[in-house]
Amino acid sequence: MEITLSVLLLFMIFGAIYALFASDLLSALISCGIVGYGLVICFLLLRAPDLAIVQIVVETITLIIMVAVVLDSTRHDLREKVLIREKGNSYINAKYVFNVLTVLVLALFFLFFFNQAIDKLDAFGEHTTRMAKAYIEQGAERTGSANLVTGILFDFRGYDTLGEATILFTAVVGVLTILRLKGHK
Amino acid sequence: MIVFILCFILFLVGLFGLLTSRNIIKIIIGLSFMEFSVYLFLVLIGYIEGGQAPIVVEGIDIQMIVDPLPQAMVLTAIVIGLATKAMLLSTAIRIYKKFRSFDIRKIRSLKG
Repeated sequence: MEITLSVLLLFMIFGAIYALFASDLLSALISCGIVGYGLVICFLLLRAPDLAIVQIVVETITLIIMVAVVLDSTRHDLREKVLIREKGNSYINAKYVFNVLTVLVLALFFLFFFNQAIDKLDAFGEHTTRMAKAYIEQGAERTGSANLVTGILFDFRGYDTLGEATILFTAVVGVLTILRLKGHK
Repeated sequence: MIVFILCFILFLVGLFGLLTSRNIIKIIIGLSFMEFSVYLFLVLIGYIEGGQAPIVVEGIDIQMIVDPLPQAMVLTAIVIGLATKAMLLSTAIRIYKKFRSFDIRKIRSLKG
């Protein structure tokens, strides 16, 4: 299982790198789709069918919206040049170097916390479900739902779902406000 | 272990895109890569080797069910990710209409 997932993840990483370096925004979006739908397959392999269904729907919607935005405007990518040519001489662009250095510093920062998290975690595939033991043992009887994920989502953690619905409503109101045609003078 | 590291690499690729791109669409793409890697990491933690999907049917071994708690939390996170991405994209449309460009270096005259 780990090898299958690793191959899939490598494929996703290559798709991600291509998406970041593509010069056409439309092809960048298509390779963003590689990562999103690869995630769907990962969820299916990890025995999470609910997540796979939700991710397919969400990925398709975002891809359609993003393609609509790009087709409506411009497909050109803009990037910082690595080398600046001036009077025959070429210099390395200081801004680009600064960006890459920032990425490296942040990567080291995250690596530190990643290491700490990995130390405390169980190895892959040997998880002990001690947090969810009560949910697994009594969830089906107490909620009446055979699917434990929906049981947790709508019963044990119903307030979380209420908050999620509030965020969705706020986002819809925000999108309508931003895209409103007339504004105040 | 190696899947965790690959997940982290995907996170770093997203971070690189977020910080070095000059195009708003590319920045949104990088942000979504970071989101994807975090979802995958959370679901990977709850996996049990040879486990079953968390759906209780007749004759299932209750010890071999994968952890349903991270799955429920990630389900919430995916939907919230869709909401934030819709907000970002509508802001991008507005910026393109005003500045005729997705270049963040040209967006300097922001005022209320």
